[in-house]
Amino acid sequence: MSVREEAVDAYREALPALSASLVGGLLAGVVLGGMRAELGGVEGLLVLVPALLATRGNVYGSLGARIATALHQGFVEPSVGLADERLRAAVAASLANGLLASLFAATAVFAVLTLLGGSPSLPSLLGIAFVAGLLSGVALTVVVISVVFAGYRRGYDPDTLVGPLVTTTGDVFGVLFLLIAVRIVVGLGGG
Amino acid sequence: MHTAWTVRDITRAMLPVLLLLTLVEVGSGLVLGSFEDDLLYYPSLLVLVPVTIGTAGNLGSVLAARLSTAFHLGTLSFSPRDARLAGNAVATVLLAATTFPIIGAGAWGLTALTGTTRLELTTVLLVSVTSGLELAVLAVLVTVVATYAAYRLELDPDDVVIPVVTNTCDVLGVVVLYLSVRLFV
Repeated sequence: MSVREEAVDAYREALPALSASLVGGLLAGVVLGGMRAELGGVEGLLVLVPALLATRGNVYGSLGARIATALHQGFVEPSVGLADERLRAAVAASLANGLLASLFAATAVFAVLTLLGGSPSLPSLLGIAFVAGLLSGVALTVVVISVVFAGYRRGYDPDTLVGPLVTTTGDVFGVLFLLIAVRIVVGLGGG
Repeated sequence: MHTAWTVRDITRAMLPVLLLLTLVEVGSGLVLGSFEDDLLYYPSLLVLVPVTIGTAGNLGSVLAARLSTAFHLGTLSFSPRDARLAGNAVATVLLAATTFPIIGAGAWGLTALTGTTRLELTTVLLVSVTSGLELAVLAVLVTVVATYAAYRLELDPDDVVIPVVTNTCDVLGVVVLYLSVRLFV
């Protein structure tokens, strides 16, 4: 194919998913915009936001990409669900790594802000990171597996679906469960 | 070449990179923290944050996923004359030119609907479109370099390239947004 044909092909394939993720990103932004009281109230929360959102994208994007490549190579069937042992291992690894990275991010934010002369609360940041990581992890696993399999069965290229799907749902679920986590942790007196 | 599908092997392939990227994201959080007052005062800018860094990451990750599969299937060469490479790069910039005006207008409109914007529509558009076009060019550079590096280091691009690209684009997204805000607001 020529450069022009390749460009048209890539553009056409990416635009629908990118538009969906744009809507998701704006929704996430509106939730974040509505969290201004919490952001102002919990020191370090805004600093933690990119790390938490990115962890969702990293872990579940990698899970999705792994499944997409395996589907392309005919090495995973798009209908096995969680009965497949390898798929279960991939999901368990994603959840564990996602939680570890979230707790690590909270600790790093605490350490840096403390060094810079702030006084953030480590239990609050850890609690928020853990609750948000767990809730969004479970939700994202379900979404990634079901959408990639359903898309593949209908003839969509799973590669084009995975990135935007994960960043969209990752952002929306990420911010939404972050808000829920903040409310829970602050409600328990950790804030 | 392929990581086996066990918790241990996936963790061994993923966790070191993941923790490193998390530190990078904390850095981008600190940039965000440095203009927290502006973000909390101008809600339309706060609304722009997830969608700008998300779209930048998406542009990079779509490109990375396509290059990565082409690479697995053996249909990619890393030459500037490679039509697949060039076509995908052009498409990335065009996608940014299509989406970022909508992002700016959307962020402004949604903020106007849910409260006060405190900024003109044109200012928010200027911030989002300038950031978007810069980010598209940066996303192409980062993706091509990362895919090429994975190829040279014999790493599985699925494990390495997409995370590296998405996170670099996140950080660049925050930095570019910060610079645009300093310039136009």
